[in-house]
Amino acid sequence: MKLKDLLEKRKSAIITHWFNLVVDTYPPDTSRFLKKQKDHFANPVGTTISYNLGPLFDELVMDMDPDNITKLLDPIIRIRAVQVILSPSQAVGFVFSLKEAVRKNLKKELLDNKILNELLLFESKIDELGLMAFEIFVKCREKIYALKATGERERVYRAFKRAGLVSEIPDGKPDGMINFLKSDNVEVEPLSKGS
Amino acid sequence: MIDSKERASKLSYLPPKTDWMDTPTVYKEGMYCYAAKPSRLEYMDAPYPKDWSCMDEDWQLPENWKEIILEGMKERLEKYRTFKIFMDICVRCGACADKCHFFIGTGDPKNMPVLRAELLRSVYRNNFTKAGKILGRIGGARELTIDVLKEWWYYFFQCTECRRCSVFCPYGIDTAEITIIGRELLNLLGLNIDWIAAPVAFCFRTGNHMGIQPHAFVDMLDFFTDEIENVTGVRMEQTFNKKGADLLFICPSGDVFGDPGTFTCMGYMILMHYLREVHGLDCTWSTYASEGGNFGLFTSHETMKRLNAKMYAEAERLKVKWILGAECGHMWRVINQYMVTMNGPADFLEEPVNPLTGTKFENAKATKMVHITEFLSDLIQHKKLDLDPSRNDRLKVTFHDSCNPARGAGILEEPRHVIKNVCNHFYEMPRNCIREQTFCCGCGSGLNAGEDMELRMTGGMPRGNAVRYVNELHGVNTLACICAIDRAVLPTLMGYWAPEVDVCGISELVANALIIPGEKEKTENLRGEPILRKDVEPDEWYTRPDFPGREE
Repeated sequence: MKLKDLLEKRKSAIITHWFNLVVDTYPPDTSRFLKKQKDHFANPVGTTISYNLGPLFDELVMDMDPDNITKLLDPIIRIRAVQVILSPSQAVGFVFSLKEAVRKNLKKELLDNKILNELLLFESKIDELGLMAFEIFVKCREKIYALKATGERERVYRAFKRAGLVSEIPDGKPDGMINFLKSDNVEVEPLSKGS
Repeated sequence: MIDSKERASKLSYLPPKTDWMDTPTVYKEGMYCYAAKPSRLEYMDAPYPKDWSCMDEDWQLPENWKEIILEGMKERLEKYRTFKIFMDICVRCGACADKCHFFIGTGDPKNMPVLRAELLRSVYRNNFTKAGKILGRIGGARELTIDVLKEWWYYFFQCTECRRCSVFCPYGIDTAEITIIGRELLNLLGLNIDWIAAPVAFCFRTGNHMGIQPHAFVDMLDFFTDEIENVTGVRMEQTFNKKGADLLFICPSGDVFGDPGTFTCMGYMILMHYLREVHGLDCTWSTYASEGGNFGLFTSHETMKRLNAKMYAEAERLKVKWILGAECGHMWRVINQYMVTMNGPADFLEEPVNPLTGTKFENAKATKMVHITEFLSDLIQHKKLDLDPSRNDRLKVTFHDSCNPARGAGILEEPRHVIKNVCNHFYEMPRNCIREQTFCCGCGSGLNAGEDMELRMTGGMPRGNAVRYVNELHGVNTLACICAIDRAVLPTLMGYWAPEVDVCGISELVANALIIPGEKEKTENLRGEPILRKDVEPDEWYTRPDFPGREE
């Protein structure tokens, strides 16, 4: 039997194990709630994790389509990227707990060298997933900084505008201008049409 | 056989399984707001103003700080019966535990309402109950220490007083009131946040949170008058401080100076013009009572009372019949639940009756203040507004029940009735995210600052999650709400959780649908976005690149 078949056969146990490992990165009281509550709106964190780990696992077993993986990883990372209860490495590190889930569930089978070699390849895929998770994490953090910066910039700009200290560029071209390139010229010259 | 222990360390991180009392509070960047500047507190005669930061080791507390807090607790236990009851009756059943948006979002157990209350209750037990004094820690009691005080500060400013938890409490404990008292106690030591203390001082001095002076207030509305004229072709002059007007109109100042609230403000102005021109009803603005919000609610009962009094003093001065209140959030909790006890009864005003329909607003009999959606809903029900909802056809709307109007004033049906009459495409979010179970924006009660972005994003996540759901399911692109803080913070929240969704007030939707006498053919709405042409199917429009919210 190939590793791929084994993974497919034990999928449910592996994913449950992985889910528990991910959710146990939260304090025990939180983790209990995340596991128990199945309503997506009452428990967006737990259900987002549980909905997406299965399809992510399928992607790893299959060909790893980057678009699909991004779609599945993004919702989980988006949440963990703003949860300061987790450090950045913990926010993305849950990807690697899949290794533990696989190893624990295939203990006996991994005594076979052939399967073990296949596992090494599979684990490289998990590493790749980890890097993708890191990229999404950084994008989420950048978004947070951008939202902060935009908020501050708009507040300052609005204050300036309100105080009459800045004025918007009106629509259309100016009616006239002073040509400072000519020395001593302070006359406003009307702009000719088409200039 | 590869053993999992061979993997890099730290990957199998598990949080410590300590009891909450033994889990130290670690202040994390992004989860707290900056401390109140001393000038704000001085202006309000508040105690112990100082330059400080919550990250300082030394909080510059007076020597007898413990005594001040315990004395403050004693005084409040005697004064506020609810506080005493809430301290005593909780059986820690946990019904509230997973209902808080901050717990759901942050994953921090100390944000479970029961545990947040326990932070204060443990000290109460220790100092005010026999069982606590005898049993100590076994009885859930603990000594008040500087670490406890710092824990209070961190977590009482991670609660938006939204009261979702109280809906689920079998005993009716209102954890918001525990937070209110917690913050009030902290204020005895000058420990407020600036995002609350500044609006309070501004409101006390100039009449509104933003510190907008009367002339600037008029200037801004003049500017809107020009904008409205550009869109509608009609000049809609407003009246200010007009004695003998029928109604005094009070809105949150956030709508006057912050996008997208400014479009809601234009909506109010259009409505007032319409009522004057079509029905002869005279509403006036006040440049002194120029704020509906009341950040006193987040400071202390006394501060809330002082700020609330101004609106009624102005109504009395202008000799209006009653007050029409705009789309504000916590203003309605203050009006509905505290006003009469604090400053009532407002006998100098009339019991509110809609002069155009004869409807008596029985619920506002004591407060003399009617919510704009109640008023609008009544006008629509009696066909007093000429509306063309197809002008909002490019919008697929959902409604965020703002916490305080929903849970604090029971305003659940009226906004929906109004929206359904001015928009053709309305979609509800799932049942456990709306009405009395509505999820908070995560930024109320003074937490709408810039420095606590992670707190805001996690607290607002359950709401963002539900909006994203209707966005993906129905193509919802507009989130309507009836609170100025919502309008200020939800666009940022949507930016992170549901980027295709814009935020608006209901009055903006009404104004866009309203057929105004003498108007030019409308091609754009108040935001300058083209109105859906009659010959284009809404669903086709939705797929077009110029559909609102498509920029992201």
